Amino acid sequence: MKIVVCIKQVPNTTEVKFDPKTGTLIREGLPTIINPEDKNALEEALAIAAPLGGQVTVISMGPAQADYALRETLAMGAHEAVLLSDRAFAGADTWATSYALAKAIEKHGEFSLIFCGRQAIDGDTAQVGPELAEHLDIPHVTYVRRIVSLDEKYVVVERALEDGYEVVESTLPALLTTLKELNVPRYPSASGIVTAFDEKKVAVWTAETVGADPAKIGLKGSPTQVKRTFTPSVKGTGKILTGTHKEAVQQLVQELRAKHVV
Amino acid sequence: MTVIIDKDKCVGCNLCVSACPFAAIDMVNGVAVINDQCTLCGACIEMCSVTAIYRDDEVEGDECSPQSYKGVWVFAEQRQGKMLSIAYELLGEGKKLASSLGVPLSAVLIGANVTEMAKDLYAYGADTVYLVEDKELELYRTESYTAAFVGLAKKYMPEIILMGATNIGRDLAPRVAGRLVTGLTADCTELGIDLEERILLQTRPAFGGNLMATILCPVHRPQMATVRPGVMKKTSPDYGRTGNLVREAYHSRDVKVRTRVREIVKEMGKVVNLEDAKVVVCGGRGIGSAAGFALLEKLAQKLGGVVGASRGAVDAGWLSSGHQVGQTGKTVHPKLYIACGISGAIQHVAGMQGSKMIVAINKNPAAPIFKVADYGIVGDVHQVLPLLIAALEENTTRGAD
Repeated sequence: MKIVVCIKQVPNTTEVKFDPKTGTLIREGLPTIINPEDKNALEEALAIAAPLGGQVTVISMGPAQADYALRETLAMGAHEAVLLSDRAFAGADTWATSYALAKAIEKHGEFSLIFCGRQAIDGDTAQVGPELAEHLDIPHVTYVRRIVSLDEKYVVVERALEDGYEVVESTLPALLTTLKELNVPRYPSASGIVTAFDEKKVAVWTAETVGADPAKIGLKGSPTQVKRTFTPSVKGTGKILTGTHKEAVQQLVQELRAKHVV
Repeated sequence: MTVIIDKDKCVGCNLCVSACPFAAIDMVNGVAVINDQCTLCGACIEMCSVTAIYRDDEVEGDECSPQSYKGVWVFAEQRQGKMLSIAYELLGEGKKLASSLGVPLSAVLIGANVTEMAKDLYAYGADTVYLVEDKELELYRTESYTAAFVGLAKKYMPEIILMGATNIGRDLAPRVAGRLVTGLTADCTELGIDLEERILLQTRPAFGGNLMATILCPVHRPQMATVRPGVMKKTSPDYGRTGNLVREAYHSRDVKVRTRVREIVKEMGKVVNLEDAKVVVCGGRGIGSAAGFALLEKLAQKLGGVVGASRGAVDAGWLSSGHQVGQTGKTVHPKLYIACGISGAIQHVAGMQGSKMIVAINKNPAAPIFKVADYGIVGDVHQVLPLLIAALEENTTRGAD
């Protein structure tokens, strides 16, 4: 069984700090990581492939530095890795990104399953997976929290809903987007790290390699554009209630009652 | 479109370098240079003190002619014959957009035996309801709903489509946008219209909530956006209102549906109605354990509210993810929000800053949560909460007079 996993290298946005004076983001030293839910996607692919003697290919679109993230996936056990990297891809929104990934997957050849993390922590859009499935004209199931069964023709999964879940069956090939509840990603083994970084190769494909239409990639191929970004405004500092805990609590209750909040 | 730095104007002040969220500007021989990381977000343009940075706004020609698309559409998401509150919230917001554009507001209703629900949609502001009814559409499936929705959109050509950022809306919207070859902006917290350009201004948190970004879809139509439940306000319904019903046939033979829903399972305790709660008592890592939430539960009961949790507390396994408030959880706007042992990371604040009154209890006086709170108490929640519960009890007894 051939499985493709799409990953994204992201800045670790949970560690973002702001310069207290200027109010701007401090980006120096902000580590990059493999997007967390993409690791769940890879873990599931590896776990499924192992007993079947399957082949796991990881594809990422990104700058040259994303090579590091791909090597990490090789160290975890992925069989091959492809970096889709070209200046022409820069500025791509989810539509143009999913188009480029679709072209790469078509070039790569036959597959039964594609796994993507549900969403990336730097954008939180959750759009690339479904849009990729649309470009490839295959079914998709998002929010997968458990794989119930898999055979040559069908995959059955639990798809999370706000108040429970649904059991969905899909024909293969299919694209699944994964939640962190799905599994616990493995750590790379020591020997895996050595081979991944010393011996294995990450293939680098450009827009031309995958035969992408220049009008559909990068900024030019993106229907959306970022007009501006700004730091979210914060309310002014409120009142700190002082005194003993008991006094502070008394003041608080008085205020809440005076304002008819309780 | 590109961002350009005028080498002659640049004074090498470094302001743009620190303003750039994507490490896309380098200083080369005292002049700022943009590298491949640039996403054209424009943060540097605003920051530049000598206006050396500008955007080359040349937009490539496109086959789409935006002016032939008219009207605002809302996806009226129903599940098993029950309309989701998000549909009414979107109608409330859609009405504002439709009035400023001077166009009708429409709802798209897809399902089996759902005609009756059109009257609720009129009451909440829809002028027209587009109805696609078929027994094949009883349960949501990506491909059948995409086909129904895309069919309508291609025929009636709306300029704006809003969908709820629910587990279903976020599955459907990208598939529809992919097929219509148009832009989609996820999880918008603010929507507006640039009347001059007749363009939807879509503002959303980016970079894990650390930045806000305003996104446009300049030449492709329709302009699509999702909005999370609880972010927009619904208007009070007017059942005297009526509207226009447009029924479209669903041709199941022409639609390729490769998935099947075998079963839908409700999990008790997973539903926490945080979005509609008047009072939310929310706990973070400072609570220390699952057992620690008993105190919060007690306080919430006293106030007629519900218990929420920060991502930290959910990740620690103390409460289920249905309780999570914040960027990756729910957005709440109660009249009273009590943050207990929550530091106030920006991702958390993104989900609760719409609360009318915010009270924070944290033992660290430097915790950022105090910056968004109306009232703060510096202290250990385990000591403060029992006192607060006791004080409220006293007040209730006294309040009886």
